[in-house]
Amino acid sequence: MIRNLTWHIKGVLLLACCLFLALPAGAMDSPEALTIDTLADLYQGVEFDHQMHVDLAQDCSACHHHTTGTGTIDLYCARCHDSMEEQATVACQDCHLADPFSAAAIQAKGETNHFHVDIYGLKGAYHRNCMGCHEQMDGPTGCQDCHARTEAGDAFYHSGKFAPLAAGATHEEH
Amino acid sequence: MSKLSRRRFLAGSLAGCAAVMAAPAKNALASGNLAGFPDGMGVLVDLTRCVGCRSCEAACNKEQQLPAPDQPFDDYSVFDQTFHHGTQKRRPTEKAYTVVNRYESKLSDKPIYRKIQCNHCNEPACLTSCFVGAYTKTKEGAVIYNSKVCVGCRNCMIACPFHVPAYSYSSATDPVVKKCIFCYDTRVKHGKPPACVEICPSQALVFGKRAELLKIARERIERHPGKYQDEIYGEKEVGGTSWLYLSGVPFEDVGFDTSLQKEPIINNVKDFLATVPMVLAIWPALFTGFHLLSTKGKKHGEEDQHAEKHEGGEQ
Repeated sequence: MIRNLTWHIKGVLLLACCLFLALPAGAMDSPEALTIDTLADLYQGVEFDHQMHVDLAQDCSACHHHTTGTGTIDLYCARCHDSMEEQATVACQDCHLADPFSAAAIQAKGETNHFHVDIYGLKGAYHRNCMGCHEQMDGPTGCQDCHARTEAGDAFYHSGKFAPLAAGATHEEH
Repeated sequence: MSKLSRRRFLAGSLAGCAAVMAAPAKNALASGNLAGFPDGMGVLVDLTRCVGCRSCEAACNKEQQLPAPDQPFDDYSVFDQTFHHGTQKRRPTEKAYTVVNRYESKLSDKPIYRKIQCNHCNEPACLTSCFVGAYTKTKEGAVIYNSKVCVGCRNCMIACPFHVPAYSYSSATDPVVKKCIFCYDTRVKHGKPPACVEICPSQALVFGKRAELLKIARERIERHPGKYQDEIYGEKEVGGTSWLYLSGVPFEDVGFDTSLQKEPIINNVKDFLATVPMVLAIWPALFTGFHLLSTKGKKHGEEDQHAEKHEGGEQ
């Protein structure tokens, strides 16, 4: 009797696992972790725990808009993107330009359709996508909480070993 | 005969006078409505996106090869700095063409950050106040200046409605005015965004054609009811500026001067200035003509006699 029960529980658990894997088709082939480093320069790349964010987010579209085949939670986008099909690409950098203000990008902006005129560049997309939730859910929000600054970054910010000698001294400049 | 010609002369001169007066007045009005160059660029600043990281200050410092800062650019204690007994926050200086300040507003539970730099007016008051013509408004929208001809009179510092131009008081031999030039020489001229826009991690700054930015700004206001003030600062202020701002709180809460006129500053004196050439060029000729006509009938002899009499009287 007890054996039977445990067998049943095992069966139910197995079935639940199968269902969980079968339902979110996009999540099934989603990466466990990835390194976001295409823009790394002043800061190192980010080691991104994708699976942890999949578990936390209620819906893939919270980050991936309408591309993962899970619909979209943004009603404004849903007016056009109501299809549930997974798009050919779901990577941020395939839609969000790394160089959104180049002459070519600005020229194209004037010729593109009405709705995708005001989309973020890649850097803006990364940061804005993270920041909203991180502030609400007490995630890290400081620059170096997610990516350590490089030596080039220290030089850029005149910080660390590049800090001004009289750091901390304030005097009127006006 | 002489009466008729005088009447004709007066009528003709009045008509000419009216024509001269009308022509510059018309030009003055037309140029007062200049909405900037059609393809002029600009930057849309969204204060709801700015996180106060000061990266724009660091990028400006590097791009413009400015002197090393007094404090690191990741030192956020600068937001506590005030000047003139706490009445003034940081302002652009000769060493920093842009600064970020922090503000509190009753309508926001978070602090609000605002970047300050030259707004690159459509009709710059600095340009019109400069008597050596050091300033230029380029077709890309940048207000640049030629420090080689600057004589250091600082008229532009007084004329600027945003108190932006700074002065290199530190230079004893060659002090000149210093301000943000929209990264014109190194970037904007070549179709690249200014350094501050490129570095911004939050995309609080958007670089594009000013006309397009206005559309984007209106769309943001419309799409997010309650998030933004229903106003784009810089759309109309002092005739419009290349840099435009969106804010979630009233603009006066974050240090903007909301009392500025919507007309270009130059319009205040344009009508008067249009009459100056007329007075200087037309009046001497006109009154010389009047004088010649009024003395035409009289013979030189009369004057001579009068002079003789006068001389005789003295004797």
